[in-house]
Amino acid sequence: MYTVRLWSVRRARNFEWFYERFERIFMALHPLWLRIGYSRVEKPVTAIEKVIKGFLFDCQMCGRCVLSSTGMSCPMNCPKELRNGPCGGVRPNGNCEVKPDMRCVWVEAVAGSQRMRKGRQILNVQLPVDRSRKGSSSWLREVRQKRDEQFFEN
Amino acid sequence: MYFEDEPVPGYSLPILPGHVSPGRFERVLRAGKFAVTAELAPPDSADPEEVYLRARIFDGTVDAINATDGSGANCHMSSVGVCALLTRVGYSTIMQLSCRDRNRIAIQGDILGAAAMGVANVLCLTGDGVQAGDQPGAKPVFDLDCMSLLSTARRMRDESEFLSGRKLDLSPKVFLGAAANPFAEPLDFRVDRLGKKIEAGAEFIQTQYCYDTNILESYMEKVRDRGLDKQVFILAGVGPLASARAASWIRDHVPGVHIPDAVIDRLKGAQKQKLEGMKICIELIQKIREIPGISGVHIMAYRQEESVAEIVDASGVLEGRVPWSPGRNQNSENMRLVQ
Repeated sequence: MYTVRLWSVRRARNFEWFYERFERIFMALHPLWLRIGYSRVEKPVTAIEKVIKGFLFDCQMCGRCVLSSTGMSCPMNCPKELRNGPCGGVRPNGNCEVKPDMRCVWVEAVAGSQRMRKGRQILNVQLPVDRSRKGSSSWLREVRQKRDEQFFEN
Repeated sequence: MYFEDEPVPGYSLPILPGHVSPGRFERVLRAGKFAVTAELAPPDSADPEEVYLRARIFDGTVDAINATDGSGANCHMSSVGVCALLTRVGYSTIMQLSCRDRNRIAIQGDILGAAAMGVANVLCLTGDGVQAGDQPGAKPVFDLDCMSLLSTARRMRDESEFLSGRKLDLSPKVFLGAAANPFAEPLDFRVDRLGKKIEAGAEFIQTQYCYDTNILESYMEKVRDRGLDKQVFILAGVGPLASARAASWIRDHVPGVHIPDAVIDRLKGAQKQKLEGMKICIELIQKIREIPGISGVHIMAYRQEESVAEIVDASGVLEGRVPWSPGRNQNSENMRLVQ
């Protein structure tokens, strides 16, 4: 929902705080996910993720969540699906070129990231999004990836 | 069998040490010259002569010609097609590549094809939304964005591989460019975005129309503070306004163009608005030239292409330099023979 989405960006700092803890808990549950089987938890976790993030951020389930690098403003709501910053068409009032009544997703993202402790992450260049991941859980993917990284580091 | 009307093929220059492309445009910039580029409006026609006519207008005036890629989301001859024609006779082209109409498979193929045809410069753009053009019912693609397009093109050139990691036999030697709009919101983030584009692979920048030198100057100050002007060649976008009415229309209908009221008022007050528009453009070029960190101008004279030569001439930015055009060198050879 548009109003909630704007509210979430205003609360970017709180969400950042929450996400950091949530991620730790989710990571700690790795043995559980592993026991049940990642492929089996994928479906229910995806459903929950979709409802929560859909309500808070108008999440489009791209499968490669970058909210923590975009001030809690989901870049997939940009009509051009830009993942690296605002295009040159932003209106003088800060609204979208394509949808004149909508705030530019990236104007919001910049404002949101300024509220965040790790807001500088907005400067990271994001690689092309893997479209085959659309509709899958970003949370599980993240946990698996981080676990794998830790595994290979040790 | 020998054909008398055999076409003269286009050719590439050797790549100099420290250069990435075989193009003249990169050479001009790296030699520290103030570069001039212009935008060619592609025809709504399948007639190649129409493209050559539109290019010839710029002969002796510009260092490279931009071939637009469905600019304003309007349908025209493709930038690949225009570049194919122009490189055949040796023109230095900047092929604009927008993410709006093609996915990553098509885009990577076009980069290879363009380089094979002799295109030495590619301008990586996001592209205007389809709602802006004559085909609002089109499917917007936007598989990549300008940033991931830049990084993809650089990877193809420097690592000699596709996005998938599959190896290329010969990498495309293209000088990579990007657009910048210092005049659009969020103003504070615009320099950060430029920094990101440089990090992603941009080696030259062509900006949106600049009519407000105050904003440009403060933008450039921030650019210099971060040393970005040493990492990228910035060409400021300029263009003559045909009339006060045209200016107001552009401001209201073309995404991302900022024209201050003062400019429109000045046009309104003039007896010959078209002439005044050219005068404003010449003054802007001269003013922009003085801003440290600016390496050239990019002239977008939509439907006024014939005035580009006069504007460049009057601005004096070429300082007597004559950019290459077909036949330039032959003429000078002939001149020498006559003398």
